[in-house]
Amino acid sequence: MALLELNEVTIRFGGLTAVDRVNLQVEEGTIQALIGPNGAGKSTMFNLITGIYAPTEGNISFGGERISGGEPYRIAAKGIGRTFQNIRLFSTLSVLENVLIGAHTRGRAGLGGAVCKYLPWVRREEGELQDWAVQCLKQVDLVHRAFEPAASLPYGEQRRLEIARALAIKPRILLLDEPAAGMNPQEKMSLMHMIQAIRDTGLTVFLVEHDMKFVMGISDRIAVLDYGVKIADGTPLEVRNNDRVIEAYLGKGAGH
Amino acid sequence: MGAALHNFVGGMDPYFLQIIVNIGIAIILALGLNVITGLTGQLSLGHAAFMSVGAFASALLTIKTGLPFSLNLLLAGSFTALIGILIGFPILRLTGDYLAICTLGFAEIVKVVFLNLDITNRALGLTVPPAKTDIPMPIVVWICALLAVVAVTFVQNSRFGRALKAIREDEIAAESMGINLTLYKLKSFALGTFLAGIGGALYGHFLSYINPSDFGFLKSVDILSMVVLGGLGSVPGAVIGASVLAAAPEFLRFMSQYRMLVYGALLVFLMVFRPNGLLGGVNFVDLVLRTLGKKPHLPLRTGQKEE
Repeated sequence: MALLELNEVTIRFGGLTAVDRVNLQVEEGTIQALIGPNGAGKSTMFNLITGIYAPTEGNISFGGERISGGEPYRIAAKGIGRTFQNIRLFSTLSVLENVLIGAHTRGRAGLGGAVCKYLPWVRREEGELQDWAVQCLKQVDLVHRAFEPAASLPYGEQRRLEIARALAIKPRILLLDEPAAGMNPQEKMSLMHMIQAIRDTGLTVFLVEHDMKFVMGISDRIAVLDYGVKIADGTPLEVRNNDRVIEAYLGKGAGH
Repeated sequence: MGAALHNFVGGMDPYFLQIIVNIGIAIILALGLNVITGLTGQLSLGHAAFMSVGAFASALLTIKTGLPFSLNLLLAGSFTALIGILIGFPILRLTGDYLAICTLGFAEIVKVVFLNLDITNRALGLTVPPAKTDIPMPIVVWICALLAVVAVTFVQNSRFGRALKAIREDEIAAESMGINLTLYKLKSFALGTFLAGIGGALYGHFLSYINPSDFGFLKSVDILSMVVLGGLGSVPGAVIGASVLAAAPEFLRFMSQYRMLVYGALLVFLMVFRPNGLLGGVNFVDLVLRTLGKKPHLPLRTGQKEE
């Protein structure tokens, strides 16, 4: 059984059908990509999976459990970490604090624990959270920035910090919304290695990306969305040679 | 011990004592609002109304039950927090201006209710009997203020406080990190209004007279000015903001009728030259460490084999 399953998922905004009866299965331990022209509904798909939108029709299940229609914070706690297309860091807080907030669901100290911070279990938990946050920062090579405000980081590092923050949830699946956007070629290369290393730890990665070279180089499977409809799904080679994909990207008659 | 404390306090200049107590109460109120507006980013313009809930609750407890003052304070604070939760539940779904207007509306409702209830003696206000405690009021006020400073400082650097700051920075991202927005906003509101209730209770018992009109919109704006002046989200900022603004009208008294003019001008200048407040955006612990020449170090505990 696939880790993440979308079943006939549809969402309409008024008269616009942004995502139209999409079926998709993301297998555990793979890198799945979702591509498509601008406005194809890729980010909407991510927002559907993470509960920011509820599907008008169809359902989404994660690990065999239905998650569609649930609240975003509950869905996140089930093990779905995500990054955002237009970076959404907690910008005045430090890099470390950002990742600690990502680790929120891994602790349980509340208001009481905050006021009684010298209780042994509260101290132990806080120590564990901090250790875990440092480990996540290591995975994206940002430990040396731990005490700087997130907003002061260069763009590429902010993207990596978003990944570290999402990893801190200890997710089973990581959703990356255009992780390579705005990066230079070297940064893209090291990001590719980083994502592959994350996959190799057993995590499933689901990413939306525009950069074809990036997607073709990294993905195990690629799904293609056009005007909210899934037009192709397969290995990078299959997708590259798919007529409908070529048509969606280059227009009718291209290449023939 | 009670007698010795009374002698100590009794030996102080009453005028000076009053300023000191005003500052202590202002610190508690400002810290409460700092949790709601500074940490969680929810603009509230009704803090004085919660203060009045605490003041009346505590005054009535003293009149009707004669409970010891420590218990009275806790009950008054908890009752205010309960009202805060009840009010907060429907309105904390709103953001920004809408929330501010709702808190403003709520504050007016509270005032009108207290002006019309028999139990609060309508527009005449309540005379508050002396608090049931051996410790003189000024000392009680400052013990509460210190406890509030410690509690809010602890909160700020905890898992709970980080969740509040995440909500302030970006609600969508916070929710995607598994933070229940409604729950955390309510808890923040509960903590902030609890402190407002304590502040109100102390205020009533120190002045020994309360009137619903004392807790109007201007009082709420006063408290908000303290928080903004000190720097939103900063505990030392709230303490300094509260101290400066609670004492300023007294120190400027020699200017007689020009007093409020200068007070207003001071606020304007401050906002022009330090828009984030005196200590806004300054990590106080960090600042102290850096002044002492120490760098913050990573929380790598023993048992970690790497590096």
